[in-house]
Amino acid sequence: MSNALLEVDSLHVEVDDKPILKGLGIAVQAGEVHAVMGPNGAGKSTLANVLAGRPGYAVTSGAMIFDGVDLADRLPEERALLGLFLAFQYPVEIPGLSNMEFLKAAIDARAKHAGLDEPSAADFIKRAREAAGRVGLSADFLRRGVNEGFSGGEKKRNEILQMLLLQPRLAVLDETDSGLDIDALQVVAAGINAFRSANNAVLLVTHYQRLLNYVVPDRVHVLADGRIVRSGDHTLAEQLEQKGYGWLAS
Amino acid sequence: MAESAEINALVEREYAAGFVTDIAAETLPPGLDEGVVRAISAKKGEPEWMTEWRLDAYRRWRKMRPPRWAHVRFPDIDYQAISYYSAPTGDKPKSLDEVDPELLRTYEKLGIPLHERAKLAGVEGADESAPVAVDAVFDSVSIATTFKEELRDAGVVFCSIAEAIREHPELVRRYLGSVVPKPDNFYAALNSAVFSDGSFVYIPKHTRCPMELSTYFRINAANTGQFERTLIIADAGSYVSYLEGCTAPMRDDNQLHAAVVELVALEDAQIKYSTVQNWYPGDEQGRGGIYNFVTKRGACLGARSKISWTQVETGSAITWKYPSVVLRGDESVGEFHSVALTRNRQQADTGTKMIHIGRGTKSTIVSKGISAGRSQNSYRGLVRMNHGAAGARNHTQCDSLLIGDHCGAHTFPYIESKLPSATIEHEATTSKVSDEQLFLCQQRGIDAEKAVAMIVNGFCKDVFRTLPMEFAVEAAQLLEVSLEGAVG
Ligand SMILES: Nc1ncnc2c1ncn2[C@@H]1O[C@H](COP(=O)(O)OP(=O)(O)O)[C@@H](O)[C@H]1O
Ligand SMILES: [Mg+2]
Repeated sequence: MSNALLEVDSLHVEVDDKPILKGLGIAVQAGEVHAVMGPNGAGKSTLANVLAGRPGYAVTSGAMIFDGVDLADRLPEERALLGLFLAFQYPVEIPGLSNMEFLKAAIDARAKHAGLDEPSAADFIKRAREAAGRVGLSADFLRRGVNEGFSGGEKKRNEILQMLLLQPRLAVLDETDSGLDIDALQVVAAGINAFRSANNAVLLVTHYQRLLNYVVPDRVHVLADGRIVRSGDHTLAEQLEQKGYGWLAS
Repeated sequence: MAESAEINALVEREYAAGFVTDIAAETLPPGLDEGVVRAISAKKGEPEWMTEWRLDAYRRWRKMRPPRWAHVRFPDIDYQAISYYSAPTGDKPKSLDEVDPELLRTYEKLGIPLHERAKLAGVEGADESAPVAVDAVFDSVSIATTFKEELRDAGVVFCSIAEAIREHPELVRRYLGSVVPKPDNFYAALNSAVFSDGSFVYIPKHTRCPMELSTYFRINAANTGQFERTLIIADAGSYVSYLEGCTAPMRDDNQLHAAVVELVALEDAQIKYSTVQNWYPGDEQGRGGIYNFVTKRGACLGARSKISWTQVETGSAITWKYPSVVLRGDESVGEFHSVALTRNRQQADTGTKMIHIGRGTKSTIVSKGISAGRSQNSYRGLVRMNHGAAGARNHTQCDSLLIGDHCGAHTFPYIESKLPSATIEHEATTSKVSDEQLFLCQQRGIDAEKAVAMIVNGFCKDVFRTLPMEFAVEAAQLLEVSLEGAVG
């Protein structure tokens, strides 16, 4: 029994009967930032989604233990309330449902789960504005529909906003850096760095090492063909940048 | 990825207002002939002109056929198997204290604190910010109208139509049937012959009605049709906001509801008419439920007058309903804002007609159809621009949202323009509650049931915005309840 915040062991996952993850293992301690890198189609998003419990991903064997809880058979909302957060690679729009209402419902669900009172509207608005400010989104975005008409970069900032507001124990960020200009990348990096603490952890899924110049990871893993084929410290990311993934192919 | 069965399961749930109230009632035996029409008129103590009016409608109705063009299916109705009158027995109460406590409890259950609201108007005079005057119609009879004195002080008449026929015959004779003529359609003709009760409103010149007016309808008796008749007259420069709500018990057979609502707005007058319709929709297999065949029409008679219809339709097995506006006065304005939610085997064919006659008339149509389960949801709208309607404009926004794979959404827009200069814009969209949207909400800790309700509420935002505040909350809750169900 380890005391890792997240422990994934020999995980096999199929999508539409096609094996995608083939015995993946990873352990993340509280206080750590891990990067998961790998070529397109390696299974990075599959890992992120299966952790969050997205329908359509079948775990055929192996285990995912989060904070001592076996995630198998837990509903997505239960995993979220345990403190697992996923920043989506492609955030979806919900027209007409204001960001504000959406975030309030998420906050209230957490309060209820923890047996606490819902925060007052005034308190909530203050916190939401503050989080918006930290990712460079004006208060206006809080009134707009969830991701409705947001640019690609604004959607990614909105994911970080949600992470900052919801304060999860583990944030899984799926390519939050892709498609960002340099300003937005720095905002996102600053958000992640501000979020980092001894009590939480971050799993950064990316296939460029660009973000890792700003958010220095404790561990870097290379995911290829459904498995972690190499792990190392942040210098591994630099080697990948120079040599690509080919040299690691087993 | 397979559309989750979850979404389908979400929308199958039970009807909360489906209880039956055990109350002594006097009910006419089933069947319809001139004798029944006369009997209804006699029970109401109506004057001769009213009896004749009804008989004329009856004779016209007998020569008419039910409309067949709507996108709804149901077996032929046997009009001789329906009872056309049912009333709680006992003398008509003079005050709320005399109302059968069982009845008052029914309204409590429905969330209408009738008693409380009447009390608020009395000695205690609590400072409720938005008092609402309520007229409650139980089966065929108006039970209690609250806030009478306050309204009288403002010169507003708000009473049952039966009382209006006795007390304000000149207004009733002038306007009843002026907007929806007796032979307008099969159901309107039937209603004209047998209508039992309903509400009457008159707002005097330059008067802003001091409170929301509201009617709650409830069908209780079995095998009884409900045929209310509502007439609202807003005199020059006046304003009124009116809300109706409706429920019915769960019964295995279908019940007919064929109401007629007529609105008249004179010069510079404004009428805002909101409906939250939650008649029993029938069960999952499509057994039972109300046939809601309703004719609602407003006439903007005066220049710069305005009529707005807002409807939130969640109930009924079948809805056939087109709240319309005849824009006769120059620069008059018509609006139609609609949310229609169908689930299980419900069928809705609803929309509006905007008839532009006056110069510079303007109309806006916003329709949001939500279909779930195996339901069929149709928008049917007519925009007509007559020769004289120079500068007329219409904008129509018509959106459909599908929940699950087994339902249908249909749009039938009709545009008739004799006026090349008229501006007519029509936008339509169809979308689905996607697994991705649902998963996003769940990933943030919101359960699937709540998530669907939030997504649907977001979709309806533009319409809810137009409801009076407290009813917007009620409507949102009703949607949420209507979407509740066994998850997973
Ligand atoms: N929903 C899906 N349906 C079918 N195949 C999928 C689905 N999601 C992922 N895959 C397949 O799984 C593999 C891994 O995809 P993914 O996890 O998205 O990779 P990455 O994020 O590393 O680019 C790819 O071959 C992809 O085509
Ligand atoms: Mg990916």
